Amino acid sequence: MKKTLFDKVWDSHVVHKIENGPDVLFIDRHMVHEVTSPVAFLGIKSRGIPVMYPERTFATADHNTPTINQHLPVKDPLSANQLKALEENSKAHGISYWGLGHEKNGIVHVVGPEYGITQPGATIVCGDSHTSTHGAFGAIAFGIGTSEVEMVLATQCIMQQKAKSMRINVNGKLGRGVTSKDVALYVISKLSTSGATGYFVEYAGDVFRNMTMEGRMTVCNLSIEMGARGGMIAPDEKTFEYIKGREFTPVGAAWDTAMEYWETLKTDEGATFDKEITFDATDIEPMITYGTNPGMGIGISNGIPMAEAVEGGVATYKKSLQYMAFNEGDNMIGKPIDFVFLGSCTNGRIEDFRAFASIVKGRKKADNVTAWLVPGSHKVESAIKEEGILDILHEAGFELREPGCSACLAMNDDKVPAGKYAVSTSNRNFEGRQGPGSRTLLASPLVAAAAAVTGKVTDPRELMQELV
Amino acid sequence: MAYDKFNILKTTAVPLPIENVDTDQIIPARFLKATERKGFGDNLFRDWRYNPDNSPKKDFVLNDPTYSGKILVGAKNFGSGSSREHAAWAVYDYGFRCVVSSFFADIFKNNCLNIGVLPVQVSAPFLEKIYTAIEADPKTELVVNLPEQTITLSTTGESESFDINHYKKDNMLNGFDDIDYLLNIKENIREFAQTTPL
Repeated sequence: MKKTLFDKVWDSHVVHKIENGPDVLFIDRHMVHEVTSPVAFLGIKSRGIPVMYPERTFATADHNTPTINQHLPVKDPLSANQLKALEENSKAHGISYWGLGHEKNGIVHVVGPEYGITQPGATIVCGDSHTSTHGAFGAIAFGIGTSEVEMVLATQCIMQQKAKSMRINVNGKLGRGVTSKDVALYVISKLSTSGATGYFVEYAGDVFRNMTMEGRMTVCNLSIEMGARGGMIAPDEKTFEYIKGREFTPVGAAWDTAMEYWETLKTDEGATFDKEITFDATDIEPMITYGTNPGMGIGISNGIPMAEAVEGGVATYKKSLQYMAFNEGDNMIGKPIDFVFLGSCTNGRIEDFRAFASIVKGRKKADNVTAWLVPGSHKVESAIKEEGILDILHEAGFELREPGCSACLAMNDDKVPAGKYAVSTSNRNFEGRQGPGSRTLLASPLVAAAAAVTGKVTDPRELMQELV
Repeated sequence: MAYDKFNILKTTAVPLPIENVDTDQIIPARFLKATERKGFGDNLFRDWRYNPDNSPKKDFVLNDPTYSGKILVGAKNFGSGSSREHAAWAVYDYGFRCVVSSFFADIFKNNCLNIGVLPVQVSAPFLEKIYTAIEADPKTELVVNLPEQTITLSTTGESESFDINHYKKDNMLNGFDDIDYLLNIKENIREFAQTTPL
């Protein structure tokens, strides 16, 4: 029988099938962070059971950490307590722990790939919906709730029904200034924030083949924003090249064995999907969102759609625009903004900083803009310094902060004030996501950079160097 | 974690006819700092329910004494966004045992089933009927019958059946959770683990 990539990885991890019920799925690698794990650890404690395979779980602190003065004690007592709980739980159960200040610390979905924890054909879960990021390597990776975190700690398995399959093809060549983030926001705008609910997505076509691994991570990261359980891309030479030599990547004979498996990880010719959609790369321009869910995105040169033209509830749509203080038909270009956030598991990697720097180089940060530039990990931070990007940022009037999730979900002090607009490279523009009353415009690092130096929504193509 | 068994629930319901309600609205991230599962109901829909000075927003349905009950009636794509189980905990802790919608986000639905909140997916027309009935009379009761897998408007007797897989249904009826099941097949898991390298 012809199988999809998703079928191959899923089916090879089913320990047990329950009739008219879920599959018991074995989890190869489990990542935990401070926010969604403490109640799970309490759970196994109250049951009096150990962590079954501590070597398969990796802990990092990221959601609830400050992005300045990380060498000092964390001021917020609740946050400090949560971080302490992660450290104590990790140590008590023999789980590797990359806490605040550790050289390998960073956002869970940034450090996983950086250290080779993320591998093709693996099942990877974490109590965080953006776990879909790891699908860029041909892994089945998805977010779980705390009850499921407890299941994985206790038994290395979860119980879930297999999702339906969807393939999204994007073919052709992307235009200038159009990035992986724009591709993802475009697809989400076409499918809506619930268009892929119940599905596991495979991304295929030239556009994804030609993307870097980091670009693929951005795309897979955003799968959840159209409701998909996860997204994945078949591994290829680029994938193998990326993971080779990383700390948790197999070596020697183990590498050869792994490669034999990894090279089978592609959808069979003739395999069918429950749903298949195809887009043309040339239809995509730099994207920006105008509303309060990631499906509310448009090409940057377009106007905000009229309520009648939108599928779904008009009342919900109008409530959303009211929150944003935008009007139907408004142009996005030229709208004044107050904050810029570069970072998160979506766009907190070195290529994102390179893109941002390419625009701000030789320019100055606009006076009306507060900018938070937050690397996804210490490794990213080091690269920013080594590549001279930090100097470019400093000359343009920007500061670099320390790694963490930061203003993406604003659990720490990096909160956008009520009523203020932030152009953000993160993943969610929900009401209050970046601070109570905050208004978020999701965009790529290029669009964020253009906004940071002009103080308003600006088409980055106007600021890009002409290609020689 | 143990939860109360679910069998037949007959209660009034609270309408929330807004689409794409995400888990950041159900419980904002700044209330996720606890290390124990308690008190999350206080912050359910925090920013829709309270002003920045913590005074209640009068026009929000949870602050309207007209509406009460153990069923929350949401609209399409309820529970999208973050995987935070805290959202389901907040719903449960506030006193809801059932959420009705025409379409649920995946992770939220799973989380609900794992902690004893029954997600009941109904057709869009039936959802409209529920809203209309509650609007006409806020004392309208809904009957959610898990053994029969039906939801009924007590006023008119109109009814619709809903899906739930057999395994999860059995768990909800008995207050079981998945870990009990998984621990029972631990030897199978151990054998399986030997075939998959780290």
